[in-house]
Amino acid sequence: MYNFEFVRPTTIADAVAALGHEGAQALGGGQTLLPTMKQRLASPEKLVSLTGIAEMQGVCISDDGHLCIGGATPHAVVAREAAKHYPALAGLASHIGDPAVRNRGTIGGSLANNDPSACYPSAALGSGAVIVTNTRRIAADDYFQGMFTTALQDGEIITEVRFPVPEKASYQKFEQPASRFALVGVFVAKYADGVRVAVTGASEEGVFRWSEAEAALSKSFTADALNGLTVPADGMIGDLHGSKEYRAHLVGVMTKRAVAAAA
Amino acid sequence: MPKDHGIGASPKRREDLRFLTGNGNYTDDINLYGQTYVHFLRSDVAHGRLNKVDTAAAAAMPGVVRIFTGADFAGVGGLPCGWQVTDKHGQPMQEPGHPVLAQGKVRHVGDPIAAIVAETYEQARDAAEAIVLDIEELPAVIDMKAAVKDGAPKVHDELTSNLCYDWGFVEENKAAVDEAFKSAAHVTTLELVNNRLVANPMEPRVAVGDYNRSTDESTLYTTSQNPHVIRLLMGAFVLGIPEHKLRVVAPDVGGGFGTKIFHYAEEAFCTFAARQLKRPVKWTSTRSEAFMSDAHGRDHVTKIELALDKDNNFTALRTETYANMGAYLSTFAPSVPTWLHGTLMAGNYRTPLIYVNVKAVFTNTVPVDAYRGAGRPEATYQLERVIDKAARELGVDPIKLRRQNFITQFPYATPVAVEYDTGDYVATMDKLEQIADLSGFAARRKASEAKGKLRGLGVNCYIEACGIAPSNLVGQLGARAGLYESATVRVNATGSISVMTGSHSHGQGHETAFPQVIAEMLGIDESMIEIVHGDTAKGPMGMGTYGSRSLAVGGSAMVRATEKIINKAKKIAAHLMEASDADIEVKDGKFHVAGTDKSVAWGDVTLAAYVPHNYPLEDIEPGLEETAFYDPSNFTYPSGAYCCEVEVDPDTGRVTIERFSAADDFGNIINPMIVSGQVHGGIGQGIGQALLEGCVYDDNGQLLTGSYMDYAMPRASDVPFYTVDHSCVTPCTHNPLGVKGCGEAGAIGSPPAVVNAVIDALHSAGKTHVTHIDMPLSPNRVWAAMNA
Repeated sequence: MYNFEFVRPTTIADAVAALGHEGAQALGGGQTLLPTMKQRLASPEKLVSLTGIAEMQGVCISDDGHLCIGGATPHAVVAREAAKHYPALAGLASHIGDPAVRNRGTIGGSLANNDPSACYPSAALGSGAVIVTNTRRIAADDYFQGMFTTALQDGEIITEVRFPVPEKASYQKFEQPASRFALVGVFVAKYADGVRVAVTGASEEGVFRWSEAEAALSKSFTADALNGLTVPADGMIGDLHGSKEYRAHLVGVMTKRAVAAAA
Repeated sequence: MPKDHGIGASPKRREDLRFLTGNGNYTDDINLYGQTYVHFLRSDVAHGRLNKVDTAAAAAMPGVVRIFTGADFAGVGGLPCGWQVTDKHGQPMQEPGHPVLAQGKVRHVGDPIAAIVAETYEQARDAAEAIVLDIEELPAVIDMKAAVKDGAPKVHDELTSNLCYDWGFVEENKAAVDEAFKSAAHVTTLELVNNRLVANPMEPRVAVGDYNRSTDESTLYTTSQNPHVIRLLMGAFVLGIPEHKLRVVAPDVGGGFGTKIFHYAEEAFCTFAARQLKRPVKWTSTRSEAFMSDAHGRDHVTKIELALDKDNNFTALRTETYANMGAYLSTFAPSVPTWLHGTLMAGNYRTPLIYVNVKAVFTNTVPVDAYRGAGRPEATYQLERVIDKAARELGVDPIKLRRQNFITQFPYATPVAVEYDTGDYVATMDKLEQIADLSGFAARRKASEAKGKLRGLGVNCYIEACGIAPSNLVGQLGARAGLYESATVRVNATGSISVMTGSHSHGQGHETAFPQVIAEMLGIDESMIEIVHGDTAKGPMGMGTYGSRSLAVGGSAMVRATEKIINKAKKIAAHLMEASDADIEVKDGKFHVAGTDKSVAWGDVTLAAYVPHNYPLEDIEPGLEETAFYDPSNFTYPSGAYCCEVEVDPDTGRVTIERFSAADDFGNIINPMIVSGQVHGGIGQGIGQALLEGCVYDDNGQLLTGSYMDYAMPRASDVPFYTVDHSCVTPCTHNPLGVKGCGEAGAIGSPPAVVNAVIDALHSAGKTHVTHIDMPLSPNRVWAAMNA
């Protein structure tokens, strides 16, 4: 690890100011950034920790019924505090990594990083969540822009994520055997106006919505409604843990399981 | 009622108190005054010509003490290989040099090029980035069969090819074996891969070199399973330091699994540099470094053929194996695919004719050497897989086919040059059928099918040669070392005992189990006995711990030394009681005159030995300390039968282990709890190999599985609660304890059971086209095989 400066502001305004310096980098729970720095693959001059900002912490229900999660809220807190409001989301949070990861890693950090195998992006996209930053509100459909790529501007901070709470939902993860990241993870959520299906781990483009499945499930929210539907292997990730064909197959299997679990 | 002390009792492991409370003294806990830190700059290409290493800018960096390159080792020996294999033409293997730091070429990703010694570790790493390398990248050879083709790039330019040796065993039997195949009623053929593994002990390797200017003595603290062996190899063959000026200490070691047997470049470097710099030099491996510098295990590609007569008797066995040596010969690498593998190909069966061919191949990968089981898992896997395949082809019950071919008469001389002294393979199979509840399997399968899962059951047997020794035999087979063990039993004046053993405990529980033996012999409390190991300054020359040899060989040395103690103590006791030493009996920590009520306590005798006022000085010397070296007459042959039940998710190919049962014959047992623990750990590693672990290089020699993100280690949730039994006992006939060894059995016996079970599960769903899947049986591989 190279030397760096460290600041831990207590307000969003101070954090934004600190991030305005060249070479500054926001630090959530550090579950990706710190190992990368230890391997000397990243060398930020200044780390701006977001975990000291009280207004970015915690889980609540807004007046309009959204589940609102502060950007610096650790997974373990979401697992605990969102359980009665949005069990599928809390369940997803409770199966990220191990206890150490869940008590350090944050929802904002995960969404800002947009790892193609991370769990949270599928929940945000699958719920049609709104990503709230220090400057604007970004619909999930506009936010995810490919592997490790998002709509965030330099220095922009995810302060909150607002989830519409569905009637029914489930997240089904098939784990990569070594890392236990999602080899394929599918988040299915049924709302009054339709069903959303978001897939993580599978695509070279990062998290994506499976629109054919959404259409079929919006008509009939049953696993059988997915019969005959497949995603093309082309464009899937192929690596030593799973071929493109295998991942494409798993998208179908995990979607059916998510529907069965939610229904 | 179970015993509460001595042989056969299960006291809790006394060493665990310090391990579990953070009070262990591991090598990385050792920090010396004036210590420097070394970082190794390692090759990031698999094969290249090293044109220039420019250290000028780096040497001027803050905190840098000195930078070493291959040129600094020009006058120093390379890392030696401890075993020479003779090929099928009677020629010695090709043995390339193995420099401490790369000279001329780099030959695998991770090959050390330069060593930067600095005041802090981070300064050393900073300076490493300022070293300018001029490496002309060369084509890498990774695939073994491609590596031995004409025109393949050579890993070592000075060798004639990448073939280390082409070994035939027993070469004289080849024609008869080939003939038997021509007349066979049935031949089953199987091609398989024994996957390359990375040992991944919990504690990565560490070395601290120290030099004492006043005495001219060097000390190496290192994570080793055999400090005396390291002293001999490094002192005599690399650095030219005589034993009396070189001390090697291996304190608490956090797991070895074979990969800490070998003498590594980093050990020689730290010792060498400390002498040069007159300051201690410390290296602590990162986990990433461990993946590319610890010797790997397994990595065989095999074709095996089994011939049977019309009554399903095995008539002949023939194998051809490519064994990966990696880029250099690690310390015992040549012995693993040959003498630790070919000699076990008879398994538990009466196959009269066997021919084993092994081609050892150099590739641009990390060196490969012994890993838990070392050669014997490879032998067991291919044999037990081909038998299972034969049973399916013939439509016979796989257990019945095995039983029909069991060896039942002992001693039994195999056609592959070893003699099994004892065993009872029928008894362990009977025991297995009982503990695995085979009769309940049909109902369990039905229950799995009701949940949409496929259930399979796999059974296999294993035999291993362990208690690695005897010296005269291994010498004939090419070992450049003896394989005895030593023990010094030092009885102190007040009766407490220090036992200096050449065996080394790095998880095996010697500090608990060894005192049980001596306590049993003397009738005293185990708490009076302390086991001292891991320091060449403290005990006699010893050969260390590997090959499940510590109790069979080291324990026997301890018994012999204790027998000497008892003989001398009897003379002292006889003198104190004015009796004849022939009439003295040892019981419950006292010396009795037989047939009388006269006795003296252990402590009175030991005190007399050191305060010899009333003492037979004309007959015996004062003091009570004895040393024995034990060199057995044969290997030991533990055996067993294992059963695995799996569920396969037909939609995803994911395999889960539902039940695992092991019936082992380890001979006599000292501490049943520790034995069970060893079996549990071994099976866990075997399940890891079968389902999860696999070290993968790409075609350019880049390590794709260089961290836990891609190399899947078994976790607690990947393994079931095991049913293990070691009540089948046929004592070893040739060591004083009748023990056989249990450290490797689990890792040897479990992979074929897992794979056999998965194939069985797939066949239950009509997927009979799947006759084999190579390990690890990842979900993707199982799914692909089902849908092929």
